[in-house]
Amino acid sequence: MHALTAFYSAHSALINQIGVNALLALSIWVTLACGQLSLGNMGFMAITAYASVLLVLRAHWPFFPAVLAGTGLAAIAGLLLGWPVLRLRGVFLAIATIGFGEIVRIFAVNLSVTGGAEGIAGIPQLASTPIIYSSLALAVFLLWRLTRSRAGRAFAAIAQDEVAAAGLGIDPAAYKLAAFAIGAAIAGYAGALSAFSSFFISPTDYSFGRVVDMLASAVVGGIGSVGGPVLGSILLTLLPETLRFLQNYRDVINGLILLFVIVFLPQGLWSLVDRRRAS
Amino acid sequence: MLAQQLVNGLFIGSVYALFALGYTLIFGVLDILNLAHASIFMLGAFTTLVLVLKGVPLLLAILGGALAGGLLGVLLDRVAFWPLRRRQAGPLAPLISSIAVGMIYVGTANGIFGPDVRHFPFDVVRTPTYTIGPVTFTLAQLTIFIASLALMAGLQLLLRRTRLGAAIRAVAENPRAAQLVGIDLESVYAQTFFIASALGAVAGILFALTFNAVSSVMGSAVELKGLAVIVLGGMGSIPGSLLGGLLIGLSEDLSVAYLSSGYRDAIVFAILFLMLIIRPTGLLGKRGLRTA
Repeated sequence: MHALTAFYSAHSALINQIGVNALLALSIWVTLACGQLSLGNMGFMAITAYASVLLVLRAHWPFFPAVLAGTGLAAIAGLLLGWPVLRLRGVFLAIATIGFGEIVRIFAVNLSVTGGAEGIAGIPQLASTPIIYSSLALAVFLLWRLTRSRAGRAFAAIAQDEVAAAGLGIDPAAYKLAAFAIGAAIAGYAGALSAFSSFFISPTDYSFGRVVDMLASAVVGGIGSVGGPVLGSILLTLLPETLRFLQNYRDVINGLILLFVIVFLPQGLWSLVDRRRAS
Repeated sequence: MLAQQLVNGLFIGSVYALFALGYTLIFGVLDILNLAHASIFMLGAFTTLVLVLKGVPLLLAILGGALAGGLLGVLLDRVAFWPLRRRQAGPLAPLISSIAVGMIYVGTANGIFGPDVRHFPFDVVRTPTYTIGPVTFTLAQLTIFIASLALMAGLQLLLRRTRLGAAIRAVAENPRAAQLVGIDLESVYAQTFFIASALGAVAGILFALTFNAVSSVMGSAVELKGLAVIVLGGMGSIPGSLLGGLLIGLSEDLSVAYLSSGYRDAIVFAILFLMLIIRPTGLLGKRGLRTA
């Protein structure tokens, strides 16, 4: 037991980071499950993070109401963004959402309320490990239920073939918008947890690279099921830590793993787990 | 003041256009958004820097950088896209494998050169300055502008007037039909990647010479801006890249002059966003590469 607590206190930051990254990978997975490549999740992260941090620090709101208000704001932003862009397909949707994310980040750099390029420091450590991991467990459970529901089957049908899905009486626009809002809410919520488990936030936390990390985690783990993004996040968050000895070459290994998985394991690492269970 | 801003905008815009040309060529031929393009932009600049530091004359060093960029593009196609083509994977897979190769290229540069910004020797980049009326510019800027336009015109000629160009356009139109009339698809893909990546590398070299700065993260300055250029001009359209590049360059310099330097890039991305919503085919995109 003592060894366990010693391990935790030495690595708690990393453990929290894994949980947050898993939530972020799930946020991009939701839209992927509906066939939409949306790459604006760093923008939703930023919206909730700044909103909830400001509510706590300036308006003295309690932690949970502030985070939930911020999450609601991200979901609304997701609906507002989703509505005009959902008729775009494939890479055009990806580019439009990247543009959204960049605009949010540039506003964070320039507004005074967000602290500009320096960001906001002195954020209280309110997102504890139990809060992060119970949130993750709840998100995994709800998303797993979603995949087994009527909506989940509609998502899968739209991802397969949108026109055929519409022919079956599914309303693609409504489901795509729902996937957008859910993804935005999860990304925002994770952004708030991330802010309240580190001491400060700044616009560089919400750059394009952030969403690339989310996408890489989801794809390396596998987008076929809810377990994949979680598995991918654990691996890709731990990897840089174990590869510290490579110093500046670390990104090479990350790239090689991502390339290996996309070429040889198109269903991601989770497909290995699934295959073993099936046999 | 206005004239100077316009000239500055055109100079940098021509480099953006040259960079975006690589995006648009590969998108036009293979329907792939190649996010490794910015890493080749950066490696081209590093190759030229290394050659210059070894005493190679600048012009030869630029050629060396372009060649290295082209070869890195062919390598990119072989490792990241060729396996997925054989499997007929969906559109998401190549996007991700290009991100992966981008990470490998940037990581390699970071490992070799470290995170610091490097500079060309001062006597290499020092050029005379001219003043015409209210406008001041350097010989380097003018050369870069002319070189960018010349390369784009050359590409247009190549696509219109040569056998390779005809083959590239045929493959862009319909790969299966092109194969039926005896075009070697893999050879066309490899040559497309070579040309697109060599142009991207030259853009990187010119960008590095303009600001006299080379670093492993320099690609991120143009990676997303290049997307704005091709969306504005029209995905797959070569004149569109030129028009988009110049317009983005101008909008940047004008927004710095008349609005606020902080929101410069926000305006670029707002243009991108609105263009996608109002006219996803871009200003000149309807015709695309198919008619070059």
